[in-house]
Amino acid sequence: MDGYYAFMLIATALVLMMTVPALALFYGGMSRSKSVLNMMMMSYVAAAIVGILYVAVGWSIGFGGDGIFFANPFELFWLDGVTTDAYIGVMFQMTFAIITVALISGAVADRMKFSAWVVFTPIWALLCYFPMAHMVFSCTDDSLICGKIGAQDYAGGTAVHINAGIAALVLVLLLGKRIGFGKEPMRPHNLTLTMLGAGLLWFGWYGFNVGSIVFGGESPEADMDQFFAETGRTFGNTTLAAMAAILGWLLVERFLHGKATSLGAASGIVAGLVAITPAAGAVNLSGAVAIGAIAGAVCAWAVGLKFKLGYDDSLDVVGVHLVGGIIGTVLIGVFSTSDGAGGVDGLLYGGGIDSLVDQILGVLVAIVYVTVITTIIGLAIKYTLGLRITDEAEVEGIDFDQHGETAYDLHTSLSSSGTGVIAAATKSEGTHV
Amino acid sequence: MKLVTAVIKPHKWEDVREALETFGVTGMTVSEVSGYGRQKGHTEVYRGAEYDIALVPKIRIEIVVDNDDADDVVGIIVKTAQTGRIGDGKVWVSPIETVVRVRTGDRDEAAL
Repeated sequence: MDGYYAFMLIATALVLMMTVPALALFYGGMSRSKSVLNMMMMSYVAAAIVGILYVAVGWSIGFGGDGIFFANPFELFWLDGVTTDAYIGVMFQMTFAIITVALISGAVADRMKFSAWVVFTPIWALLCYFPMAHMVFSCTDDSLICGKIGAQDYAGGTAVHINAGIAALVLVLLLGKRIGFGKEPMRPHNLTLTMLGAGLLWFGWYGFNVGSIVFGGESPEADMDQFFAETGRTFGNTTLAAMAAILGWLLVERFLHGKATSLGAASGIVAGLVAITPAAGAVNLSGAVAIGAIAGAVCAWAVGLKFKLGYDDSLDVVGVHLVGGIIGTVLIGVFSTSDGAGGVDGLLYGGGIDSLVDQILGVLVAIVYVTVITTIIGLAIKYTLGLRITDEAEVEGIDFDQHGETAYDLHTSLSSSGTGVIAAATKSEGTHV
Repeated sequence: MKLVTAVIKPHKWEDVREALETFGVTGMTVSEVSGYGRQKGHTEVYRGAEYDIALVPKIRIEIVVDNDDADDVVGIIVKTAQTGRIGDGKVWVSPIETVVRVRTGDRDEAAL
């Protein structure tokens, strides 16, 4: 299994890259120019905080034994008893914890106190992500979603995307809308950053999905055969779902709004990858295309819900990650094939309704658990530290208020002599500016 | 002396500058401005959210010229900047009382 180990080193680095910088770029480009640094900082600081906390107790809560909601937090405290040849498995799971927390930040753009984020991040990881990782990924006999219910989730439809999506929804309801939401234009300030971020996320997602292989462990030969067969399947599914989702998103927005947009393509990539995350091992290529296309199309519609229902999910964490995560997790019950990782046929392949029921149950448990825990954490911070910056600071820009910086210095002097137009005019006159 | 002020579409700026230079205009002040006229801006759609963007980017050119040249300069700008579509901009002429060249202290026509 030397090849597997080498592959996991790279897969782990790829998933870390999804947060730093891919997600930060994806979100940063979509935010306004006065908020881009804060937006990116939320991802960067989440990586630092959650990463260290993961080594302290995260791994142990997730994988330190059995339990319905969580394992013993002190069994493997600070990786006590974990040998270094197992570290890469810990680091791989750590990167999942990091990106899940960072995903939430897109919803709270422009207005959440940095200190509140810094406090929210470790508490939420501790009480919400680490237990969810246990319930879904450890798959011990008692673990709720994988062991008890038996819902399939290959790489984190419930543990990562529904988890982050629900937390985002709860937080924006507690935070309230941005000043001017629905009235003032809140245009993305740099979509090239967003396109770059989406592309890097896609690249990193191969580490995320393909690296999530769990071996049967019967014999080294059987594991090697599984490695070849399953990584091909998850790589192919990940690729095709993203492609189908781009087309699904663009088609829907072309018909609903008249034009196919670059933001739509970038969003489609993410929506498709979110949806295929739980299903990457369970479905075949046709299933991947179907799930990707459905996710792209439905998410393109779902991002408009915030205006109808009146919640300010700034960068559509709910519309993309919650909705996409539910689509992918539930549709396993329809499109899975018995030669896949879960070994069961879905509704479409004659497996009956059992798998579909398990998947829906898994989704519901995730939604209820995360809603309750996040509400408690959010309320506690709101009524102690406070969640929101002042109105004045929000209008002036959170970058300057919270970090004392501004992202762009476009006019280097009062005379604006740095602009291209002025430079061209003076050059033709042969004078020096 | 007259001040000719023109607000034009940004992509026409280079053509206008060349035409004015050919005519003999030796200098001008140019700024990137935004505004709107009868077209009332435009709309942009991001993830399904439609935004009215009231202010459209434009280029403003300011040139101080002799009384005799004002009409010609206006004509050149209009001819060069025209696309015939909405949003082509405006040109207006205003009287100027005094001009001083900062470097030499020359006044009025000598300062142009």
